Amino acid sequence: MKPEETDKTKPIEMATIKSLDDLRKIKSEVQTKLSLRERSNHPEQLVQIRVAMATCGIASGAKTVMDYMVNELDKRNIAAVVTQTGCMGYCYAEPTIEVTIPGKDPLVFGYVDTKKADQIIEKYIKNGELVEGIIPVNYESIEGK
Amino acid sequence: MKDLSMHIMDIVQNSISAAANLIEIRIRIRKELDLYQLDILDNGKGMDEEMLSKVTDPFYTTRKTRKVGLGIPLLKMNAERTGGKFRIDSTPGIGTSVLSEFRPEHPDMLPEGDLEGTIVLLCHSNPEIHFIFNYQFEENSYCFDTEEIKEALGEIGISEPMVYPMLKELLKSNLEETRK
Ligand SMILES: Nc1ncnc2c1ncn2[C@@H]1O[C@H](COP(=O)(O)OP(=O)(O)O)[C@@H](O)[C@H]1O
Repeated sequence: MKPEETDKTKPIEMATIKSLDDLRKIKSEVQTKLSLRERSNHPEQLVQIRVAMATCGIASGAKTVMDYMVNELDKRNIAAVVTQTGCMGYCYAEPTIEVTIPGKDPLVFGYVDTKKADQIIEKYIKNGELVEGIIPVNYESIEGK
Repeated sequence: MKDLSMHIMDIVQNSISAAANLIEIRIRIRKELDLYQLDILDNGKGMDEEMLSKVTDPFYTTRKTRKVGLGIPLLKMNAERTGGKFRIDSTPGIGTSVLSEFRPEHPDMLPEGDLEGTIVLLCHSNPEIHFIFNYQFEENSYCFDTEEIKEALGEIGISEPMVYPMLKELLKSNLEETRK
């Protein structure tokens, strides 16, 4: 490595991002890091996660779970898309998330906190093992909103 | 809802469900006027008058999954509880605006909560929507506009997970600066 080259494994220094110009400056560093990852760009090969983000979900902490998912999946190098959706109809079990592993049927998990989210990533997403808290899916309600 | 950022998430989720592709969130804080104004505007499918009249009623929702819609009535209640005001306007095919005013000196005033986390999460998970977040504190103001951010990021998508903590830092530091 030439001395002027930045260390590609070093985490990006967040404290320096204060303006759009700072974002522009950091772009090539981000691109280098992204190119080092052997991730597929095919959406159908991504793990899809939908977080129920209606009133009841928000009030019970869905945002914290979603923030955790976005950060942790990236840190653990799992190619995933995390999106939000309206009410999935399981207000009694909020926060709820729907996880779709490529090639498998979607599963809905209830009462998800960051600890449960960690288990879902480690056990279900990484190894396909089932974890507690799966809600039997009523497809009608999922399409409801 | 424990704080204003949760209300924002909730109201913006309605805009997303209404297929908006432009969502503007405006906050204006004027201490000397005892005013905290939160406006959320979208260009979604809107509501007709009949629906609009029902929407502030906690027992109304178009959803089939639950009997009551709570998001709008809760925001209205929390604004009015501080002695503030609430208004919702909507035109079918044009969009909706949800306007609320709080009196921040009132003991029932909600804390602001995690604004940067909420806004950045919304931008991250809805890359196709143009978000404009305008934060005015006294004479200062800051505007977080996803079109500008996309332009700055170039080929890197706004929903790239690696970018997510960066946008949060960008918004956080600028909000802190604006509040000085
Ligand atoms: N921005 C909007 N654009 C169009 N329709 C809306 C908007 N906000 C709310 N609505 C309509 O009003 C209903 C009630 O909204 P709300 O009180 O937030 O309850 P909920 O979203 O939990 O059903 C929604 O289901 C939707 O049909």
